[in-house]
Amino acid sequence: MTVIELRAATKSYPGGVHALRGVDLRVGQGELVAIVGPSGSGKSTLLNLIGTLDRPTSGTVRVAGHDVGALSDSRLAALRARHIGFVFQHFHLSPGRDAVDNVADGLLYAGVPLKERRSRARVALERVRLGHRLSHRPSELSGGEKQRVAIARALVGEPDLLLADEPTGALDTASGEVVMQLVHELHARGTTICVITHDHEIAASLPRRIRFRDGAVVSDSRSGEAAS
Amino acid sequence: MTGRVLKPARLTAADVLRVGAVGLRARRTRVVLSALGIAIGIATMVAVVGLSMSSRADLMSRLDRLGTNLLTAEAGKDALGQEVKLPKNAVAMVERIGPVQQATATAQVDVRIRRSDVVPEEQPAGVTTQAARADLLTALNATVAKGRWLDGAGERLPVTVLGAVAAERLGITEPGEKIMMNSRYVVVVGILSPVELVPQLDRTALVGFPAAEQYLGFDGHPTTVFERSPDASVDDVRAVLARTVMPGNEGSVKVSRPSDALAAKAAADKGLTGLMLGLGAVALLVGGVGVANTMVISVLERRQEIGLRRAIGATRGAIRLQFVTESLLLSALGGTAGAALGAAATFAFATAQGWAVVVPLWSLGGGLGATLAIGVLAGLYPAIRASRLEPTVALHAA
Ligand SMILES: Nc1ncnc2c1ncn2[C@@H]1O[C@H](COP(=O)(O)OP(=O)(O)OP(=O)(O)O)[C@@H](O)[C@H]1O
Ligand SMILES: [Mg+2]
Repeated sequence: MTVIELRAATKSYPGGVHALRGVDLRVGQGELVAIVGPSGSGKSTLLNLIGTLDRPTSGTVRVAGHDVGALSDSRLAALRARHIGFVFQHFHLSPGRDAVDNVADGLLYAGVPLKERRSRARVALERVRLGHRLSHRPSELSGGEKQRVAIARALVGEPDLLLADEPTGALDTASGEVVMQLVHELHARGTTICVITHDHEIAASLPRRIRFRDGAVVSDSRSGEAAS
Repeated sequence: MTGRVLKPARLTAADVLRVGAVGLRARRTRVVLSALGIAIGIATMVAVVGLSMSSRADLMSRLDRLGTNLLTAEAGKDALGQEVKLPKNAVAMVERIGPVQQATATAQVDVRIRRSDVVPEEQPAGVTTQAARADLLTALNATVAKGRWLDGAGERLPVTVLGAVAAERLGITEPGEKIMMNSRYVVVVGILSPVELVPQLDRTALVGFPAAEQYLGFDGHPTTVFERSPDASVDDVRAVLARTVMPGNEGSVKVSRPSDALAAKAAADKGLTGLMLGLGAVALLVGGVGVANTMVISVLERRQEIGLRRAIGATRGAIRLQFVTESLLLSALGGTAGAALGAAATFAFATAQGWAVVVPLWSLGGGLGATLAIGVLAGLYPAIRASRLEPTVALHAA
């Protein structure tokens, strides 16, 4: 089943910036995809389109069978709340609140009651091996731990699709490895995942790699059918 | 993944409040400062209303106690500008008016008052002598602060009872001291408490009618007649009072109702109350601008938070609601503190004045209502701006 489908998707910004110039792309359920390419090549733009944070200038983007261009703002919000999880390079945690509350926010807009949000948040934090940091605030966590909290927040709602924009970009190698290990675990459980990365080793370790340059796909390779 | 129709979940009221409070908890100093403006405005308004109501309630209870059924008929001047004199039997004639329950009189007596003859002092400013009937005290609901009143033999003896101000001006604090009236020593036997209904009496030295005639050369003609009748008959009595005390020359008699002066004071206070309320409203408005300012800055600073919330599924509406709630909580915080402060100020001041404390519920309710309205108004524009932020742009600014 196709989870992500882009057809001739373009994205232009005022001033003649063409961030995406007609991208065709399909990602099936359960795939783990690396998106690579030089800076400014349109990787984040692509991820925003897939994550329905943005709409294409032309062409179509379908996520989980929904045509993103045809959905209202509130429907898109519901799609993100229930089916998509995001992880960003800069974590975006709420500074004054502890790990449990930060992770529980991942369920807030899906209409889950507070008690259940908190208990599921604890489970998610256990899964990213932060069971011993439940009541720590972001300022009391290392960069790698912060990113694991952000991953817990993204996965607490059991999304079908996880989108990560340079999740290891702000981390040292060891922390980055832990994060990628979690990504592989999620993949093993059937989650569809797209990861933007500048790290060649990480890219090489993923089953599928899509390479971008100047807003277009220049290569799309799989390392053996067995991987997906 | 399903092709089901997507419907965003609604946050529960508790979640709306919780999310609205997140931004406040993270920035406490700023919250306190911007709530302070609202608090000052609301406190001013609640205190102004409370104090004016308390003072009015006090006045009303005084009027209740003193009665509003007292009328006075005072001798004035005739058509030629000559001082007229009421007939000696004026009180008896007034008593003959059907509804009249009580009538009494005082009379101006031309006397020179001094503290003593040793030091040639001037007559203390504003202290005059009046002859008073023994039943004057009960008719006016007045009381003696020290010593006794001119009843029994006191009415015929060369003794005096001083009004509160007169005693002070003469420097007399205890009964038993003497003052000079014309060239005769007169013993002060009593000092009155302030006479609320007829404050003019506070500045007089009162002497019994018979004593005034015998010792001070008084001709026995009253100058002011006081009467009380049942409340329902006050207007009827008023219509005939002048004619009764001065048949044929009623134009030279001034009839008045002393309680009207007290009621007029209550009305005069209203103007000041209005002015103070206006000041409170200005403070409140400035407070509202402060809240709006805080909210605008808050939205600018929290673009990333907004972008993240949109990414985890917040609709534009949810973002709008979050910031309106935040603004509402902020100003409700100020409003509640202000209402408590205003009520406390009213309590302290009214208690110090010896008034009963009245803090009308409508003023508290109105204050909080105004607060909420300001909260919504101040929060609406920043909230709309927040909801229009593109999530990608908001997340960008890392
Ligand atoms: N909001 C915007 N307005 C105008 N131009 C934009 C905007 N966002 C991105 N761009 C431009 O679009 C192009 C692609 O940007 P994008 O962020 O997708 O690159 P990227 O591949 O993610 O780069 P990096 O690896 O540095 O993150 C760039 O040239 C960028 O300047
Ligand atoms: Mg990028």
